[in-house]
Amino acid sequence: MKQLLSFIKKEFYHVFRDRKTLLMLFGLPIAQIILFGFALTNEIKNAKIVVVDYAKDEASRQIADKVDASTYFDIDKYLSGHEEIEEAFRSGKIKMALIFPDHFYSDLLHTNKAQVQVIADASDLNTATTLTNYISNIITDYQSGLNKGTTIPYRIVPEIRMLYNPQLKGEHTFIPGMMAMIMMIICVMMTAISIVREKELGTMEILLVSPFKPILVILSKFVPYLLISLMNVTSILLLSKFFLNLPVQGSIVLLYAISFIFIITSLCLGLLISIKSESQQTAMFISLMATLLPTLLLSGFMFPIENMPLPLQIISNIVPSKWFYVIVKSIMIKGSGFQTIWKETLILCGMALFLLIVSLRSFKIRLA
Amino acid sequence: MVTVENLTKSYSEGKVKAITNLTFRVNEGEVFGMIGPDGAGKTTLFRILTTLLLPDSGNAQVAGFDIQKQYKNIRESVGYMPGKFSLYQDLTVEENLSFFATVFGTTIEQNYALIKDIYSQIEPFRKRKAGQLSGGMKQKLALSCALIHRPKVLFLDEPTTGVDAVSRKEFWEMLRRLKSQGITILVSTPYMDEASLCDRIALIQNGSILSINTPQAVTSAFGEKLFGIKSEMMYTLQQDLRSSSVVKSCNAFGEFYHLTLKDTSDDASSALLRSLKEKGHQSLEFEEITPKIEDCFIKLMSEGSN
Repeated sequence: MKQLLSFIKKEFYHVFRDRKTLLMLFGLPIAQIILFGFALTNEIKNAKIVVVDYAKDEASRQIADKVDASTYFDIDKYLSGHEEIEEAFRSGKIKMALIFPDHFYSDLLHTNKAQVQVIADASDLNTATTLTNYISNIITDYQSGLNKGTTIPYRIVPEIRMLYNPQLKGEHTFIPGMMAMIMMIICVMMTAISIVREKELGTMEILLVSPFKPILVILSKFVPYLLISLMNVTSILLLSKFFLNLPVQGSIVLLYAISFIFIITSLCLGLLISIKSESQQTAMFISLMATLLPTLLLSGFMFPIENMPLPLQIISNIVPSKWFYVIVKSIMIKGSGFQTIWKETLILCGMALFLLIVSLRSFKIRLA
Repeated sequence: MVTVENLTKSYSEGKVKAITNLTFRVNEGEVFGMIGPDGAGKTTLFRILTTLLLPDSGNAQVAGFDIQKQYKNIRESVGYMPGKFSLYQDLTVEENLSFFATVFGTTIEQNYALIKDIYSQIEPFRKRKAGQLSGGMKQKLALSCALIHRPKVLFLDEPTTGVDAVSRKEFWEMLRRLKSQGITILVSTPYMDEASLCDRIALIQNGSILSINTPQAVTSAFGEKLFGIKSEMMYTLQQDLRSSSVVKSCNAFGEFYHLTLKDTSDDASSALLRSLKEKGHQSLEFEEITPKIEDCFIKLMSEGSN
């Protein structure tokens, strides 16, 4: 115990005496959040939607079939009432709901005008706007087919509602994505460098010729970066609340608990990289490849995963930030509780455990 | 205290032989010097004995423990100071020392008596970061850290490389005092002049031991007369000496050439001097000298290669 404390104390000295790196560690997330805030438009394929058909008439069925037949949408299921929509959204699989009111076709025939409601999950803003545009096009298309040979045009008016993010704020998806990215970069890179540095400076050589336990070194490397990362989570959340006006909808405690697990997973990944690489440059390069690129490309943060080729979709499952991104999005924006995210949380825990065991096993007790 | 039997280690899948078939013993309380040039295999040997590397074949015991099976016991009972300064540069003198004390499950106070001589010299700078110390102070700190747990055997890998002459002398005095505390010391050095300060030395070259003995015995085993010679034209002197039929060997040592002759009679040497003067060498200095470790080393080396 005394040894562990002494190791931890030493790590804190390393971290807090390196002022430039420390400034970067705290400055990076703040700068990132403030500087960026852009949205990207993307094409989406096979988005899962639900349909609530109160009308159950010819026109509503034709429109629903047309929607289902398009490459953009897949009708997941038909719901019996709109009160079930909320639940479908919370499950996370559903991107949009299409609602036909009673007497849809007869309204259209008699008044030449009918309404259809479109509800989209705007916590993922890019997807939501793109999807509502697609559905409007499909409806207009159906409408123009109907109008052939008629003098008085029929009009179907889609009434669009954006769920969870009515103001269409891009920061909503941006914040969880940034959190995932920043924590990955800081945790993985910093731990990756810190053990290799001991190898490079030769201090590992002295440590090895002593009765130290590898687990002590590993644990002591974790503590300072865990603390810094939790402080970063706080600063991101504060910025998002007071600077971007985006408070956390769900439980803050849950969000911190998940962040804690994700940080541990990242630290374990960094550790493994550190143990496997021989120089600080290699460690830095590998950790950039292992964190920045997958987090940007494969977490669903910038590009929707459902749109990727199947192999990439499968690969995205081993990216820890993907799972973290999904969880934070549900907690921050939808206010979901633990029962909707337990699966993702379990996956993160599994990854952390796996990485920790592999690291401990590959920790070299000799120089070569 | 240290027993080495047929130790062999090679790198790059056997292509580079670092040490070959080393066998020797170090007695308790001895200062044992491994003397040899860079690349002789000294560091490899030390790393094997401190359990940092595994040998390809052969066996060794340190402080009574097997280097492979009981490596954990060895790590508790030896002190190791690598050739490169390997302490935490961003930690202060005091922090480094107390960190290593804790790692070894002890405290500075407990073993202060042992390191007092050495540590008291750097104690005025105990709040200074290790990276900002001078070379000699770094070395004293490293030695203090290696000694903090009162090891039975101390391994010092080239401790005096890159250290000024005064600090080197001080360092050897410190080693003598540690020896009097009953610590067995293995020290490696490329400096032949330090060999005479050891109790026993092993001359090592290309991973093999050329000779193991006390420094006196090594020099007295030189076995022939050695002469020093100097003139105003050193370069042509060397060429003339090497082409001469009576000269057996001629090597440069500082401002002299050290010669061994095939015929060591006075007549032969005065004939050599005469012929050199005829070739235009002015103010020749020529005298018989006692061989040093370096002379022995070079002789053993050339005998080994023939």
